[in-house]
Amino acid sequence: MSIELATLNGQSADRAARDQSPLAIRGMTVSYGQKPAVFSVDMTVRPGAMTAIIGPNGAGKSTLLKAALGIITPLAGTSTVFGKTVARQRDWIAYVPQRASVDWDFPTRVIDVVMMGLYAQLGLLGRVRAHHRAQALDCLARVGMQDFATRQIGQLSGGQQQRVFLARALAQQADLYLLDEPFAGVDAATEKAIIDVLKSLRDAGKTVVAVHHDLSTVAEYFDDVFLINTQAVAAGPVADVFTQENLQATYGGRLAGAQMDSLSAATA
Amino acid sequence: MVGAWPVPRWIRSLQRRPKPVLFDALTLQLGYNATLVTIGATLLGMAAGVGGTFLFLRKRALVSDAISHATLPGIGLAFIIMVALGGDGRSLIGLLGGAAVSAGLGLLCVSWLSTRTRLAEDAAIGAVLSVFFGFGVVVLTIIQTMNAGRQAGLEGFLLGSTAGMLRSDAAILAGAAALTLALVLLLRRPLTLAAFDPEYATASGQNVTRNDLAMMGIVLAVTVVGLKIVGLILIVALLIIPPVTARFWTERTDHVVLISGIAGGVSGYVGAAISAAIPDVPTGPIIVLVGFALFALSLLLAPRRGVMSSFLRHRSFQRRVHLRQGLLAMAQSQPIYEGLTLRLLRRADLVRPDGVPTNSGQARAAKAMLDEARWSIVRGDQSYEAAAALYDGLTDIETLLTPDQITEIDGRLAAPSEVPA
Repeated sequence: MSIELATLNGQSADRAARDQSPLAIRGMTVSYGQKPAVFSVDMTVRPGAMTAIIGPNGAGKSTLLKAALGIITPLAGTSTVFGKTVARQRDWIAYVPQRASVDWDFPTRVIDVVMMGLYAQLGLLGRVRAHHRAQALDCLARVGMQDFATRQIGQLSGGQQQRVFLARALAQQADLYLLDEPFAGVDAATEKAIIDVLKSLRDAGKTVVAVHHDLSTVAEYFDDVFLINTQAVAAGPVADVFTQENLQATYGGRLAGAQMDSLSAATA
Repeated sequence: MVGAWPVPRWIRSLQRRPKPVLFDALTLQLGYNATLVTIGATLLGMAAGVGGTFLFLRKRALVSDAISHATLPGIGLAFIIMVALGGDGRSLIGLLGGAAVSAGLGLLCVSWLSTRTRLAEDAAIGAVLSVFFGFGVVVLTIIQTMNAGRQAGLEGFLLGSTAGMLRSDAAILAGAAALTLALVLLLRRPLTLAAFDPEYATASGQNVTRNDLAMMGIVLAVTVVGLKIVGLILIVALLIIPPVTARFWTERTDHVVLISGIAGGVSGYVGAAISAAIPDVPTGPIIVLVGFALFALSLLLAPRRGVMSSFLRHRSFQRRVHLRQGLLAMAQSQPIYEGLTLRLLRRADLVRPDGVPTNSGQARAAKAMLDEARWSIVRGDQSYEAAAALYDGLTDIETLLTPDQITEIDGRLAAPSEVPA
C-alpha cells in the first residue's frame, strides 16, 4: 500500500471516529504566555460512557475542557461534537464549571440559577411559564435540593452549591455533560448524590466527562479514563488503562509508592 | 391712633410666611426651566440606575469612571470642528456626538489594555481616565483662546449646568432613558448570565465579549446624555450608587435592576427639585447627595443586609446562645458562671436570684436537652437536609419540622438501641 493511500485510509478512519464521538479533540494546544498548559492533545470520548480526566495539578485538565468548549481560545486544535463544531452543537452540551469560579454573594436564588439552564430554550424575551418552573424544580429534586429553591445562593454549603450547578446543567437536557472537578471540596452526601445523578444520565444513554482528582474513586465511578500531563498519556477503559505504569508516567514521582500499590490493588 | 402697638419685627417675619418653594418644585410648578430639568433628571436617574446595575454586578463599576472622563476631549474637539466648519459650536447633539466618540475610544483602550497586555483592569482604567481627561483639559484651554470659545460654556460639562436647558435636551434624555430601559429588558438574561457566570455563559453559546460591549454601550449612552445635567465628574455616582443601594434590599437580580432604577429616579427628581427651590445650588452635586442619602439610609436600615439589622441580629443571636447554653448546663446540673447567662436566665424567670432553677426553668432545660437529641438525629439524616441546613443549635425544632416529622424522630429516640456486648 502506498503511503498516500495509508494516509487517506487513516484520515477516513479518523473522520468516522470523530463523527461517532460526542466529543473529539484533535491537536489541542493551549498556552498561557510561552509555556503550553496543554500540548497537542487528541481525545476521543466514547458515547454513553463516563470518562474521567485525570492528571496532576497544573496538568491542563480544566484547561483542556475549557478550550474544547471555546471558553478559552486555543493556540491550535479543534474540538467536534458528533463531527460538527462545538458552536453548532451548543444545545446538546451542558457544562458545569468549578464551584469557585463564581461569586456566591451574587443577588440570585437557587431557582434562578437553575432557570439559567433554560435560557437557551426561553430565548431573550420568552415568558417563564409554570412548566418551566416545574422543570427547574424537578431538576433540583433530582439532586435533592428542592427544599432550597427560594434560598439565596450565598446560604448554601459548598456541596449544595455544586448540586445547584449540576441541576442547572440537568435543566439544559443535554446529551453531553462536561464537569470541571464536580467532587472538589464537597461532603460525602453530595458526592453520592452527584455520582448517582451522573450514573443515571449514563444509563439514559448520555455521555459524561468529568475532570477528577481523587484517584481512589476512579475505578468505582468511571468507565473510561483519560490520563493527561500537558500531553495525553493514555486513554481507554479503566480496566485497561488505569494501571500502575500509566499512573507513574502521568504523575512521575509525585505519587507515593504505597498510594500506587493500593490503587493498582483496587483496579486488579 | 391710641392703642396701636407696633407689631414686633419677629412676629411680622412669621406673618410673612415663606413660600413653600420646595413643594412647588416637587409638583413641577416652579416654571418652565425647572420643570424641564426635574423631568430630565428623573429620567436620567432611572436610566443610569438601570444601566449601571449590570456594570456593578459584573464588578466593573469603575469602567464608567474611565468612560465619563474620556468624554472631555471629544466635547472640546467637536466644538473646534463645528466652529471650523463655520457653525455655532454649541449644538448639543454635535457636542454629545464628540463625547460619545472619544468615550468609545477610551473604552476600547481600557478593554485592549486589560485583555491584550499584562495590565490589570484597574491600572488600565487609571491610565485611560487621567490621560483622556488631561488631554481634554488641554483642548478646553485652547478653546479659551479662540474668539468663539469664551462664551461656549464648555466647563458646564465638568459638573453639569442646567441653566438654559432646552425642551430638545429633555427630549434627548427621554429618548436615551427609553432606549436604555428597552435594551436592558431585551438583554437581561445574557447580561445576568455574563455577570454571574461568564464561563458558563460562553459554554452555552453566549458571546460574553459582545454582551459586555452592549452593557458598556448602554453605560456610554447614559453617560453622554447625562453630561448636561450631572457633568462628567459626577455621572459615575449616578451609575454606581443606585445599584449599590438596591443591593441592600433584595437577593434577586431582577429586583436589583428595578429598585436601582427607582432609587436613581428618586435621586434625580428630588435632587433637581431641591436645587430649583434653593437659589445658587448646583443640580448635579445635589442629585448625587440625594442618592447618597438613599444609600446611607439603606446601609443603616435595610432588613437583613443593613448595618442596624445585622447588629441587632448579632445581639439577639448572642443572647439566644447564652440562654441555650445556660439551659443545657441547668439540665446537666452544671454550674453557670457567666454573668450575662445568669442575668438572662433570671430575667426570664428561669432561675431564682439564688441560682436555683425555677419550675419553668427546669421544664425549659428538659426541653432543650430533648431538642438537642432530636437535632442530632435530624443532622445525621440526609432526608432532613433542608432543615439541617438551618440548624443553629438554638431554633425551636417545631418551627422547622412538622409535628409528624417530630413524632417520627421521637420514635427513633425512644427506639431500643443495641447494647454493646
